[in-house]
Amino acid sequence: MREKRIRRVVAATTAFVLAAGPAFAEPLQELGDAEGEVDIVAWPGYIERGESDAAYDWVSAFEKETGCKVNVKTAGTSDEMVALMNEGGFDLVTASGDASLRLIAGGRVQEINTALIPSWDSLDDRLKDAPWHTVEGKHYGVPYQWGPNVLAYNTDVFKDSPPVSWNVVFEEQDLPDGKTNKGRVQAFDGPIYIADAALYLMSTKPELGIKDPYELNEDQYKAALELLREQRKLVNRYWHDAFVQIDDFTNEGVAASSSWPFQVNLLKSENQPIESVIPKEGATGWADTTMMHSEAAHPTCAYKWMEHSIDKKVQGDVAAWFGANPSVPAACEGNELLGDKGCETNGFGKFDEIHFWRTPRAECDSQESCVPYYRWVSDYIAVLGGR
Amino acid sequence: MTGPSVSSPETLPTPSGDAAAGIGRRISRWFYGRPGIFLLLLLLPPLLWLGIVYVGSLFALLLNSFFAIDPFTGMVKYELTLATWKQLFTLANFDIIMRTVTMAACVTVGAAIIGFPLAHYMARYAGPRIKGLLYLAVMLPLWSSYLVRLYAWKLILAKEGIISWIAAHTGLSWLLDALLALPVIGGPSLSVSYIGMFLVFLYIWLPFMILPIEAALERVPRTVTDASADLGARPGMTFRKVILPLAFPGVVAGSIFTFSLTLGDYIIPGVVGSSRLFIGQAVYLHQGTAGNLPLAAAFSTVPIVIMAAYLMIAKRLGAFNAL
Repeated sequence: MREKRIRRVVAATTAFVLAAGPAFAEPLQELGDAEGEVDIVAWPGYIERGESDAAYDWVSAFEKETGCKVNVKTAGTSDEMVALMNEGGFDLVTASGDASLRLIAGGRVQEINTALIPSWDSLDDRLKDAPWHTVEGKHYGVPYQWGPNVLAYNTDVFKDSPPVSWNVVFEEQDLPDGKTNKGRVQAFDGPIYIADAALYLMSTKPELGIKDPYELNEDQYKAALELLREQRKLVNRYWHDAFVQIDDFTNEGVAASSSWPFQVNLLKSENQPIESVIPKEGATGWADTTMMHSEAAHPTCAYKWMEHSIDKKVQGDVAAWFGANPSVPAACEGNELLGDKGCETNGFGKFDEIHFWRTPRAECDSQESCVPYYRWVSDYIAVLGGR
Repeated sequence: MTGPSVSSPETLPTPSGDAAAGIGRRISRWFYGRPGIFLLLLLLPPLLWLGIVYVGSLFALLLNSFFAIDPFTGMVKYELTLATWKQLFTLANFDIIMRTVTMAACVTVGAAIIGFPLAHYMARYAGPRIKGLLYLAVMLPLWSSYLVRLYAWKLILAKEGIISWIAAHTGLSWLLDALLALPVIGGPSLSVSYIGMFLVFLYIWLPFMILPIEAALERVPRTVTDASADLGARPGMTFRKVILPLAFPGVVAGSIFTFSLTLGDYIIPGVVGSSRLFIGQAVYLHQGTAGNLPLAAAFSTVPIVIMAAYLMIAKRLGAFNAL
């Protein structure tokens, strides 16, 4: 019955999908006693308890103060997070924008009561009502961190002329060191990377009329795939594991690639000749939200963690560790680990240039109909295989 | 006459002990008449294990392939449909299957070509000391972690790795470049080409080829080869007409290992090679990453079908006589 309803409304309108999904319970009105633990699905490096580096610990104090033991399950991709939440057994997830709406539509996460999160008002105004966690004025999570997908490049190759455009990874050309870029660039191996190609086409082929890289009609989508097939000839390896990419920058002679500030910061700390830039076309990026499972077994501890997660100090520490930006502007100042320039380095001021990851859906605002995500998945696998 | 002495209270065994012995004897007598039931009782636990845990889970997997996921929410819809199977039969997936099978076949042939001479030497020529050492050498890599060896190979094959360094210092860079310039199997560096992946696969699975061949060669009696020589066959002919046919089932047995292990591996193609997917990775991606369990299930039937066909051919070739 529910399936039938969902299927019918998927063909109808977006708003309707969200309203007609499983009936959402009212959000929690008051907190009970702490349940003793909280289970969180998170990106690697997002929830540290000082085991990697003693200075980076935003869990131990929380556990001591609230009596909620924090259990973390890390996931490497958004799709993996959705799969884990579908399986159940978790209270919270740090979902990126390409997962959050799927979780809401699937009824996997519940509306949260912002009144139970005292620090809610300290959040960045740009994120408070962001469309990837707010549906019809209801909030389905607390913003955690955000950042751009930067263009990382080798300074030995580019010397005095750092790249200004994504074309160094999309089109065959000679790099400043006189050698071709063929076999010396990398790209992300998640299907969401199709949006990076669309973003590049937005400025290089305006006649396609792409307004939003996550809302592509058939023609625009075909053009993006065409570009990616050409790129396949240049790419030596698609990266998905941040540490394999770090190794490739070190040993494989990679000259340029889309990357995260995380890898760039680590490479720089190892004195590798790597820098990063947000090119003139802009960049895609991720904005993550801590969302609560609709059948969370430990709601009080979950709320306590959500409140803790936007603590000024925690936000600054996470931003420093992951190379991300805090969702609380006050965290940019006076954080020892992040430093006074940390936010500027991580692109805090470039919010408007970033097209944040979102799940592509058939129903879209800017077009009559768009290519949905499941086709992005199968087509991107084909692109990787050279077809 | 013995009656009274037996029934005297001093010599009578305790009633409980008598009864226990009696039951035990009766049970064993009952089973003695019904050997089939006794056998069944003994075999029941392993049969249950095989039937429920093994075949049962396989069946559950197959069943999953007849469901499909809702494209947007990514939740599995439990309605029987062939939609997932339709998704499987696309050109891109066919590429993945062909790529994997071709690699598995090449690795198998490569391992047989390298493994046979070594196994032959071990079985027929090496003295006990050398043989022990060779056994150790073949097995030694298996003592360390698969991942450690894999990442070591990534460094060996890297553009700025050991092989290119040696090539540069011996003036053989042109050879490496020519090799990498080959279409399809070449690439920007060994670590991102099919050649590199082939080398790693070959290294990792070689012991599984050498050992069965060696076992098969050990079982070729010296008298048979002597008889062949007596009848006037030169060593080459004895090898072709006597040793090779008798050892061939061993090669096939080894090839089952190398072929199936390559067919199912999803870690090596993820670390070495140019990100073109293999079957194992496709299963992993659809199951773990995309949450598309039905498609993953449909995909995992592909190696099952391929291996079933392979095993049937192997049986014809007598591979199971050598196991």
